[in-house]
Amino acid sequence: MTPVAAPVPPATPSAAMIRTLALVATVCGVLIVTAYQGTLTAVTANKRVALERAVFKVIPGAVTMREFVATSAGVVPAEGPTPAGGLRFHAAYDRAGALLGVAAEAAATGYADVVRVLYAWSPERQAITGFGVIAHRETPGIGDKIITDAAFLKNFEALDASLSEDMKTLANAIRAVPRGSKRNPWEIDAIAGATVTCKAVGRGINDSASRMLPLLMPELDKLRGDAGTAAGEGATP
Amino acid sequence: MIPGRQEPTRFEEFMEGIWKQNPVFVMVLGMCPALAVTVSAVNALAMGLATTFVLLGSTLLVSLMRKWVPREVRIATYIVIIATFVTVVDYLIAAISLALYEALGAFIQLIVVNCIILGRAEAHASRNPPGRALINATGMGIGFTIGLFALGSVREILGAGKLFGVALFGPEFQPWVIMVLPPGGFFVLGAWLLLFNWLKTRGAASGKPAEANVHA
Repeated sequence: MTPVAAPVPPATPSAAMIRTLALVATVCGVLIVTAYQGTLTAVTANKRVALERAVFKVIPGAVTMREFVATSAGVVPAEGPTPAGGLRFHAAYDRAGALLGVAAEAAATGYADVVRVLYAWSPERQAITGFGVIAHRETPGIGDKIITDAAFLKNFEALDASLSEDMKTLANAIRAVPRGSKRNPWEIDAIAGATVTCKAVGRGINDSASRMLPLLMPELDKLRGDAGTAAGEGATP
Repeated sequence: MIPGRQEPTRFEEFMEGIWKQNPVFVMVLGMCPALAVTVSAVNALAMGLATTFVLLGSTLLVSLMRKWVPREVRIATYIVIIATFVTVVDYLIAAISLALYEALGAFIQLIVVNCIILGRAEAHASRNPPGRALINATGMGIGFTIGLFALGSVREILGAGKLFGVALFGPEFQPWVIMVLPPGGFFVLGAWLLLFNWLKTRGAASGKPAEANVHA
């Protein structure tokens, strides 16, 4: 018996396929753009609030902040994208508009991925006086102790970050040392079992501070001057 | 629908994804987010709801367009539709909570390759009217969310001693850290699958027909 061939459905004309794909692409495009425009305000506000919370946490007493960019040409208020070689930082002010400190981001590769932290630097004390973790993927229960370990966080109450005499680099490189072997104010006492993560924190802060502070120090008056009196701009009261 | 088979009622259609064809415990689909983000109950719920949103949106659009989409370009069409709703949910989560957005990370975007969604579009939404397709998708979404929550809550309780961030056992509790690490995901999933299969076997032994199939 001759096998009966399965009926072959008629081929769809190319124009019909192109028309369908164009229609789907148009509908989907409209949906995406509508969603983007509809959520843009909320997303921007969320990012600003998250940043302010992080900065105010590492600089207690601050109520307003402004963003600046440090470049080899000087310190300027941050507007638009960061210029090549520029370093973004946040100056934080108290209720009277006095400069309390500067917060900047640092990052280095830890055990699992890049560890991003925010540190506060005090111009008066020439030291790092606050620390917070922005993002990490370190091992839960081990690497993430950098967020909660009280002894580790104590390192950042007055971590020396003074500049050398020529003002071109840090006087002493900030680094993490094994638990219990801290001898100098620029050393970070690491957490036992999380040494790789702690070393990443030390390396990241050292890289950031050694690049930013030499640019920032000669321009401190710019942060204290007009910026201080206009500190309420774009900040949370 | 298969000729000769009676069309399921709306209730059966809804319950299919919750019990008989549960995406996590029966079909074992969408395991990438199921294992990766279920380190806490909040993450699990958020991922489940995000997936449900994408499932509902894509199902509705695929079902509405089912008569105009030529079979030659159907998969490309479904992927574009699914990717659109994933992008929308990506924006929505960032607008609702930045902390949640960062906790879920790349797994929000990876919903686009979740085989439950493409599977529903191809096997159900493209062959059924919008009402019936949405009912089925809602059941599947809820079933997936229940599955993720079952994983996330157990892993958070054992691995951190917390549920929804609230400490359950006091300061003396030593967390079973491995449960919030990747191996913990497999351990907990294995335990749940064991429980589900035992329930199915018991149901079959008591005279009920075993209807569900486990897919690799």
